[in-house]
Amino acid sequence: MVLEFFRNQKYITLQQELEGRDIPEGTWIKCERCGEILSNKELEKNFKICRKCGFHFRLNAIERIKITVDEGSFDEMDAGLLPVNPFGLPEYEKKLALAREKSGLNEAVVTGEGTIGGFPAVLVIMDPEFMMASMGTVVGEKITRAVETAVRAGKPVIIFSASGGARMQEGIISLMQMPKTVAALARLGEAGLLYISVLTDPTTGGVSASFAALGDVIISEPGALIGFAGPRVIEQTIRQKLPEGFQRAEFLKQHGFIDLIVHRPELKETLALLLALHHREEK
Amino acid sequence: MPAIMEFEKPLQELENKISELRSFAQEKGIDLANEIAILENRAREVKESIYGNLNSWQKVLIARHTERPNTLDYINYLFTDFIELHGDRLFNDDPAVIGGIGRFGGMAVTVLGHLKGKDTKENLTRNFGMAHPEGYRKAMRLMKQAEKFKRPVICFIDTPGAYCGMGAEERGQFEAIAKSISVMATLQVPVISVVIGEGGSGGAIAFGVSDRILMLEHAVYSVISPEGYASILFKDAARCREAAEAMKITAQDLFELGVADQVISEPAGGAHRDPEIATKNVGEALTETLKDLLAVPAENLTSQRYEKYRAIGGLA
Repeated sequence: MVLEFFRNQKYITLQQELEGRDIPEGTWIKCERCGEILSNKELEKNFKICRKCGFHFRLNAIERIKITVDEGSFDEMDAGLLPVNPFGLPEYEKKLALAREKSGLNEAVVTGEGTIGGFPAVLVIMDPEFMMASMGTVVGEKITRAVETAVRAGKPVIIFSASGGARMQEGIISLMQMPKTVAALARLGEAGLLYISVLTDPTTGGVSASFAALGDVIISEPGALIGFAGPRVIEQTIRQKLPEGFQRAEFLKQHGFIDLIVHRPELKETLALLLALHHREEK
Repeated sequence: MPAIMEFEKPLQELENKISELRSFAQEKGIDLANEIAILENRAREVKESIYGNLNSWQKVLIARHTERPNTLDYINYLFTDFIELHGDRLFNDDPAVIGGIGRFGGMAVTVLGHLKGKDTKENLTRNFGMAHPEGYRKAMRLMKQAEKFKRPVICFIDTPGAYCGMGAEERGQFEAIAKSISVMATLQVPVISVVIGEGGSGGAIAFGVSDRILMLEHAVYSVISPEGYASILFKDAARCREAAEAMKITAQDLFELGVADQVISEPAGGAHRDPEIATKNVGEALTETLKDLLAVPAENLTSQRYEKYRAIGGLA
């Protein structure tokens, strides 16, 4: 009875809010795809997936680590590496300060070692809440260091990509992070070590066109936007609207660019299985 | 006659006057040699002053100039016995990328690059030098072939960027660029890239992972076009002049940043005014660079290349 009462209460409140088109932050969230109103609490329990349509909301790095890495096993690397502003742009300085404050992170990627289902791996998690996880000097550097650590330690690498591409404010230095990270992964490959690339929404530009595309196994979350150019840029170029589903994970799988699409609740298990299948006993 | 850029107009007026005087002198049989010499002197001064004080945006315009020597010009001037090779063996042959085998200073090398057209018709065929995935895949095939036969690779970079169309995305533009970067990073033969005009973003870096990056004096190389930067960061594409300045995209900027290893001088007035001198300068720089790289033991090449990119940005 009491429960019923509360449920009703919420329902009523919701209606009022909907009419005002103003949903207070922190309590309710509207599904970006189907418009379903979801409680934050429920969403969190459900891996941030809409219960109605299965839409995968974006995760920040901390949320990703929580649902992927074995509890208490994550050991962060280079957390203190601060962003750089090579051309001293005042606007960029402000943007960085804001992003750091908002995300609680120093840069758009978190790297570290941990275990998944008991199997050790070096992990790289990009955080779309930090300037759309664009790749500048420090993002490239942290990824490269993480991969180099894996080469030294003989461990596999898993990178969760999410990025709008290269960070324009760092100009050509951002572009140079593409060969830097790719070259490090080439060394990982030469060492016979596994690299799993997990693409999440969105993975585009200089990130999709570098390390994200080069996994031994490439996994994507359902519905993730993956491509080189963003849809708006393509539409401006070809002067027509893109068809529904263009550049989405399902489209990419159909065209042969990703191995599998995995729903978030099964992702940890899938990663553990892949790590197990590649696990080499210490000699 | 090259198309005239706004800032070149004072020079153009002088050059017009000189040719008028010449024909007038010839027609009337009068000796105007002194007057002409004075004007020619003046024109030289104006040319040097304009081209010695270019801002970043003016360099963008020069880098994009349609009369500027393109990859095919460099191939024709600098390489003998060139045989163009076609196709990626997977889907298609991309006319925005040209590649093949030829001799440079007598030595067999693989040469490839983006190819812009000289006029609208040619540019429509060449897609303005904007490659599709099959272009990068053709280039990768030629690079691996060079490695097999132990030939050095020379890449010419001249592109607004990788093409942003539906077919390009369907066929995995991102994968083609990523793979090309990976192939170049691990190639067991010397690789040299020369930015001859526009080095546009991912489309450029796909041919730009090399032992040495050379840039022509008025070439530019950037993460996004100044127009793109202005429209995203300033919300106004018209502020591209300002963007070009802020982005640090000139050969001189990139040399300072440690991205370009050498800046190759252009003739006064730019490569488009005297393609012969421009190509000759590039040839000399390539000869020197190749000589240096051929002296490096093959097993050290890739590790040196690794360290080169590792060091850019100064955090390593």
